[in-house]
Amino acid sequence: MIKAVMVMNTQGKPRLTKFYEFLVRKRQTQFSLFFFLPCLIRAENVSNFMEADSIFGPDSRLVYKHYATLYFVFVFDSSENELAMLDLIQVFVETLDKCFRNVCELDIVFNYSKLHTILDEIIFGGQVLETSSAEVMKVVEEISRQESASNSIGLVTKTVSGWRNR
Amino acid sequence: MDSLFQRSLDDIIKGLRHQQAGESAFVSKVLEEVRREIKSTDSHTKSTALQKLTYLHSICFVDMSWAAFHAIECISYPNFTHKKVGYLAISQSFQESTPVILLISNQLRKDLKSNVEVEVSLALECLSRIGNLDLCRDLTPEVFTLMASSRIPVRKKAIGVVLRLFGKYPDAVRVCFKRLVESLESSDSPPIVSAVIGVFCELASKDPKAYLPLAPEFYKILVDSRNNWVLIKVLKIFTKLAPLEPRLAKKIVEPICELMSKTGAKSLMFECIRTILTSLAEHESAVKLAAGRINELLIDEDPNLRYLGLHALAIVAPKHIWAVLENKEFVIKSLSDPDPNIKLESLRLVMEMVSESNVVEICRVLVNYATKSEPEFCNVILGSILSTCSNNVYEIIVDFDWYVSLLGEMSRIQHCQKGEEIENQLIDIGMRVQDVRPELVRVGRDLLMDPALLGNPFLHRILSAAAWLCGEYVEFIRNPVELMESLLQPRTSLLPPSVRAVYLESAFKALVFCLHSYLKSATSSDHSALGLSDPGVSSQSYDEFSGAHGENGEASGTTLIQENHITPDSVLHLLNLIDMAVGPLSGSYDVEIQERARNILGFTELIKPVLSDSLHPQDERHKQQVEASKMVRLLHDTFSDELGPVSMSAQGRVPVPDGLVLHENLADLEAVCGSSLPASSATISFEGSHNVEGATSIFISDQKEESEPSSESTSLLAEHRKRHGLYYLPSEKNTEHHEANNDYPPANELKSGVTVSNDAQDLAKLAEQSFLPKRKSKQVKARPVVVKLDEGDVLPISSKIPQAKDDSLSEAVRDVLLGNEADADTLTQKAAADSVIRKKGKEKLNAKEQEDDLDHMDSQSGTVQNPVKERSKRSSRKQNADEGDHGGDKGKQKRRHRHGKHRTREGVQNPPANVISQTPVPDLLL
Repeated sequence: MIKAVMVMNTQGKPRLTKFYEFLVRKRQTQFSLFFFLPCLIRAENVSNFMEADSIFGPDSRLVYKHYATLYFVFVFDSSENELAMLDLIQVFVETLDKCFRNVCELDIVFNYSKLHTILDEIIFGGQVLETSSAEVMKVVEEISRQESASNSIGLVTKTVSGWRNR
Repeated sequence: MDSLFQRSLDDIIKGLRHQQAGESAFVSKVLEEVRREIKSTDSHTKSTALQKLTYLHSICFVDMSWAAFHAIECISYPNFTHKKVGYLAISQSFQESTPVILLISNQLRKDLKSNVEVEVSLALECLSRIGNLDLCRDLTPEVFTLMASSRIPVRKKAIGVVLRLFGKYPDAVRVCFKRLVESLESSDSPPIVSAVIGVFCELASKDPKAYLPLAPEFYKILVDSRNNWVLIKVLKIFTKLAPLEPRLAKKIVEPICELMSKTGAKSLMFECIRTILTSLAEHESAVKLAAGRINELLIDEDPNLRYLGLHALAIVAPKHIWAVLENKEFVIKSLSDPDPNIKLESLRLVMEMVSESNVVEICRVLVNYATKSEPEFCNVILGSILSTCSNNVYEIIVDFDWYVSLLGEMSRIQHCQKGEEIENQLIDIGMRVQDVRPELVRVGRDLLMDPALLGNPFLHRILSAAAWLCGEYVEFIRNPVELMESLLQPRTSLLPPSVRAVYLESAFKALVFCLHSYLKSATSSDHSALGLSDPGVSSQSYDEFSGAHGENGEASGTTLIQENHITPDSVLHLLNLIDMAVGPLSGSYDVEIQERARNILGFTELIKPVLSDSLHPQDERHKQQVEASKMVRLLHDTFSDELGPVSMSAQGRVPVPDGLVLHENLADLEAVCGSSLPASSATISFEGSHNVEGATSIFISDQKEESEPSSESTSLLAEHRKRHGLYYLPSEKNTEHHEANNDYPPANELKSGVTVSNDAQDLAKLAEQSFLPKRKSKQVKARPVVVKLDEGDVLPISSKIPQAKDDSLSEAVRDVLLGNEADADTLTQKAAADSVIRKKGKEKLNAKEQEDDLDHMDSQSGTVQNPVKERSKRSSRKQNADEGDHGGDKGKQKRRHRHGKHRTREGVQNPPANVISQTPVPDLLL
């Protein structure tokens, strides 16, 4: 089971957090998490795994991957395969890439809810449900369609910024 | 108007990005806005506010529990975008304990039944994240329906949610399990199989036994599937199942080996290796193949693969150490790999390779390596050496002299932070292994002598152990005067008070020892001078004493003393040294130090006049000397009584004396202590030191006439200890120590306390019994005797409490897998009973729902009768196999009863031939 997914930049600023076991309750733990992880994450050309029992409870492992200015971190337990998790990060990033065409940190910063939508299609309640980025894209597009449909049915966009952006 | 100027999420993000320092001020400003906006009745305004809040919650970790109700409002909006915002907020922030969580039940049900696929997905996702008992119970029927949905994405999510249902509401198994198993066979749609296998993998990791009957289905997937994700999960399941059923292991070995050699995916290959090494380690040829693949991983360029290769070796090491030995060089070389994971893993492997024959060599290499590596890894190395060597009461150590000097060497390593562990081991070895004491004392002395070590706070614990050892086994010291000097050197002021107290105590012991041996040599020379005609009282007693001492195995010690005479000059020197070094400490602020310093000073005050006379030959000399020696002997006896390890359970074996009431409130203790404490603190005497060192015997034997503590307080303490054993220090020394405390007689309280001394004597006897036989067992030359207690070395761990939830889950699974017709009855009964117990108002509704489900299920089972029938056959056999297990369970008689009923019924149905083969794996497999 996957316990948590986190995306953060190299300075330790969180970009996305999703905890499938509700374990990080205290703000302080959350802060220290993002403070310490980038320190723990090591130089290039070393293995990407870490024992994470101390942070996430017993039987926790952590795998991270470094893309440009971002770290993608998955926390999982012994029912997942380490290398498969590494592949899954790749799937996630590939999907993001397809979705945003050459994804960069800014896309991730500004598309908070879309990020969640994509992730929810890949990981469902801590289990890996879909590993094909094409399939994920299909569903995500369907959801966007629904969203825009519901918005057009509703009143004209009302906020100043929404109006300004058009 | 409100919404016209509302900031969108993008605005917030931009705003946050432009804040350099005052981010928190910005956030609180936004929060203020959100609090206002979220109260709006306009759905758009509300959902935008909620979205902003969710964002801040997950990025800046602000609290959003207060907005729970608003999130619920949002999911009830018909607009999909708003609904989605609400669902995201709920799944990010709700916990099982969120008070309003039950309010979403109806909305979830509505969305689960929705025609819009993405809405159903949202609801399923939400349920899988926050579902608690009530939600899961209420929504099981809807999920059950969705599990048969024709829309693949919905169906696979419904299957995924089943895991949550089973975990929170085990009775859902009775409803959904059959459909879940059927989904295993839907080979036409890979996503479904993948989802189901994922669910079974999670379920099997908790209780593999219950899923053994499904082995044939898993096997089919293992052979047929081409999807690596699915195969990995199936392998995970088999890793759990194979150890339970040897025939299954035999069956799967071949396909797994084939998969391992054919696959190009490293993840799958690694999973195959892991499965073989963990669960199929008996199959020699398979392990050989796996070892070959591990070698490939080890030489790979990718550090991840190298790390996992070493990890795999660590798995195989306990059973097939040859696989590790084959790669010995690589493992040793990896110790210096830049990758910390690889380093740690190879260290683990090196420790696996340690055996009696090579422990010296390996430890030498590792200690050398530790001195060269960075502090953190250095301590990891030292820690693993310490734990490996002390494993199972120093099982692999043959040459204790070597090990003790290694401990000394390790303490001198610059970055060593393992003071506590080394301290414990030094003292532990000192007490367990008699033969090594001279070497221990030598090592301890070397550490104490070095003034540089006193400056390193990490070493203080070790120094404390060294000081204690040198004091306790002072008879092995070549030059006690030198020891005194190092114990009282000025730099000891750098030590923390607790350690300093130990130093002082040891100095006291050494002083008494010096005086004792001085007086002894003096009397013996007297003796020869006076001739045999006058057998002096003191010399006689000294002979007696030394005879008694010899029994304690100090023969070697006495010879040592004779080598270095203690001259009158050195005695004077010692007394002066004490005046100088200890004198100032009598005013120390630390009570421990002050008390001990005063003890020593009090003693020297007493002994000085008599001794100084005896130093100058006079007529009265003899008489004086007798007096002095009496005093010294008294103390020497106190200190020379040997401390033995005491079994953890020794206390429990002390019989409770008649007339003692143990089950009384501890409030009495206060009354007892209140009267005794001031009295005891008022006395300044040698008894204080005795108290610390924990030699029990002297007061019981010599000072019985003195007051004894009230039996009440002792027994209450004993009771307290029995009840709260956890909080008492576990080491043997302290057990004894504690006893000493219990027996410590408050000075001015006159009471006849025979019971207590009986207690203590019994205890002493028991303690002796518990380790004497082993100590006396033949003295092997190669390895000194290590005292082991028959049972008390480790705290007995209270038997684990089985988890109620898991139990009920696996029982439910078992019941369903049995597939018997009684299911229906039990289900309705149980559902009815459940609802009566759980929810007063809801029972009717629930029972109705459950019945609906039953109708569903019946119609289902009607269409797919075959597999069900087959399964029932298998499971009857499985039940027979399970019989043994059920015998052990207590407090489950009701359930057992039900099982029993099934068993008899099925026993009649099935031909006896089937019953005989007591294995749950069906023939189909074999």
